[in-house]
Amino acid sequence: MNAALLIIGMTTAIALLLGLRAAHGRDMNLQQWSLGGRSFGVIFMFILLAGEIYTTFSFLGASGWSYSKGAASYYILSYQTLAYIFSYFLLPKIWRYASQHKLLSQPHFFARKYDSNALGILVAAVGVIALVPYLLLQFKGLGIIVSIASYGAIPASTAICTGTLVVTAYVTVSGMHGVVWNAIVKDALILAVVVFLGIYLPCHYYGGYGAMFSAINAARPEFLVFPEHGFSKIWFQSTVLLTATGFFMWPHTFGCVLSARHEDTFRRNAVYLPLYSLLVLFALFVGFSALLQVPGLHGADADLALLKLSVQTFPAWFVGIIGAAGVLTALVPSSVILTSAATIIANDIYKVAARKNASDTDVQRVARRVVPVLSLVTLGFTLSGGSTIVALLLMGYNFVTQLFPALFFSLMQRNPVTKQGAFAGILAGVLTVAAVTLSKSTVASLFPFLPATLMDLNVGMVALLINIGTTLLVSVATRRVQTQPD
Amino acid sequence: LLLALVPVLAILAGVDLVNQYAPTVLGLPLVLAWQVGCVVLTVVIMWLIYRLDPNHK
Repeated sequence: MNAALLIIGMTTAIALLLGLRAAHGRDMNLQQWSLGGRSFGVIFMFILLAGEIYTTFSFLGASGWSYSKGAASYYILSYQTLAYIFSYFLLPKIWRYASQHKLLSQPHFFARKYDSNALGILVAAVGVIALVPYLLLQFKGLGIIVSIASYGAIPASTAICTGTLVVTAYVTVSGMHGVVWNAIVKDALILAVVVFLGIYLPCHYYGGYGAMFSAINAARPEFLVFPEHGFSKIWFQSTVLLTATGFFMWPHTFGCVLSARHEDTFRRNAVYLPLYSLLVLFALFVGFSALLQVPGLHGADADLALLKLSVQTFPAWFVGIIGAAGVLTALVPSSVILTSAATIIANDIYKVAARKNASDTDVQRVARRVVPVLSLVTLGFTLSGGSTIVALLLMGYNFVTQLFPALFFSLMQRNPVTKQGAFAGILAGVLTVAAVTLSKSTVASLFPFLPATLMDLNVGMVALLINIGTTLLVSVATRRVQTQPD
Repeated sequence: LLLALVPVLAILAGVDLVNQYAPTVLGLPLVLAWQVGCVVLTVVIMWLIYRLDPNHK
């Protein structure tokens, strides 16, 4: 057994122990299990909301994208910043309404706002569908990390199965409480590792950032700026806008919002969290460093850039530390996602659609039973999939952003949208995303008559526009029907 | 009191103005340096908004 494997194994064991111990001495009722008892203050909320960014997406995905796509990876830096600006104005309103009505989840919120259980069930279904690719990318990242950091001693599939078992065990026992302490350890470790790699690798291989970018620009002119077609400026703008509006629409992020102690938490965090997103810059630097040092990684293999370069540069014990940080960036978000998805299925689909009189204990029992089932389903997809990590995340975003228009309108003083309008809009948006994803269409292939500048528009943005149009049209029609005299 | 729109527009519309490699800023390509600058600008603007927001109650 090499040193890297030993360190990764010990980290996984400690994570499992921390996760399981979190349930000790607590009455793990539904609110404790799914929301941590709504007791998280500024520091924990900062870690939960900020920690949500630092998943395998930013650890491997961001460096993989800067390696393979160049300038297109700048969107990662920008969308998070934009999302925090939106959060200052939106999250306090959401939290205030949710805490007044003791709402536990995102579907609860929509169902209550629009007085429609059917809408709540639709939102729950969309949330779970969107979470699958998000969970999938964590598992996929976990497999890559352990496989490469163990120098091939452990196959990716074995690593994914072991990681799934660990997450399933402590989520089933501890829920959100199991996540928080691991999130703190994970954030500290990932912060140190990513910043170190982002500074050391460019200096070690090129002598500094200026020399690195100069070498890349000489070898691949146009790689560091947005091209005229493909991942162009309009792609950047539409993707940043789409993902920023979808940032807090993820069911697990929405769940974190509901677990805050006070609304001021969001306003204060909105000031400082954009600085935290600068950390992604260091992950981008690692990808750029790898471009000329480990050439030839194509397609989904681009996600290996960070680890391939690390293995080439550092001794085994240090690769173990990098691998341990990577394992935690996969395990912690997986736990949050699993807790959230299981709560949604039990509380917002099972209870609302199947057993209206189910007690909290019944719901929690179902949620805990759903966890291993969800893990197994995602495991199946992971072992058979081949997309890049960023492509998986963008697919999830396309789905989950379809919830934004109905939420936004519901926060207005006079909501112009009816429950029928909200339902029809979300459904139209989600069906558009599903059709486009399955047929692998682009805006250019769907609308060949559009001007060239709009051809690269993110296809999720098209779905969002269809969603908004449908929402408003159906709302006008149904409001007219409702206000007509008998 | 629109203030929050400043960094939003800087991020989204800025790429149309600065989509080029040179001149580099602190070694970074201009278009990347612009986005980093926008993050710093956002922190300053959000701090200002936080101070001005009638958080004083």
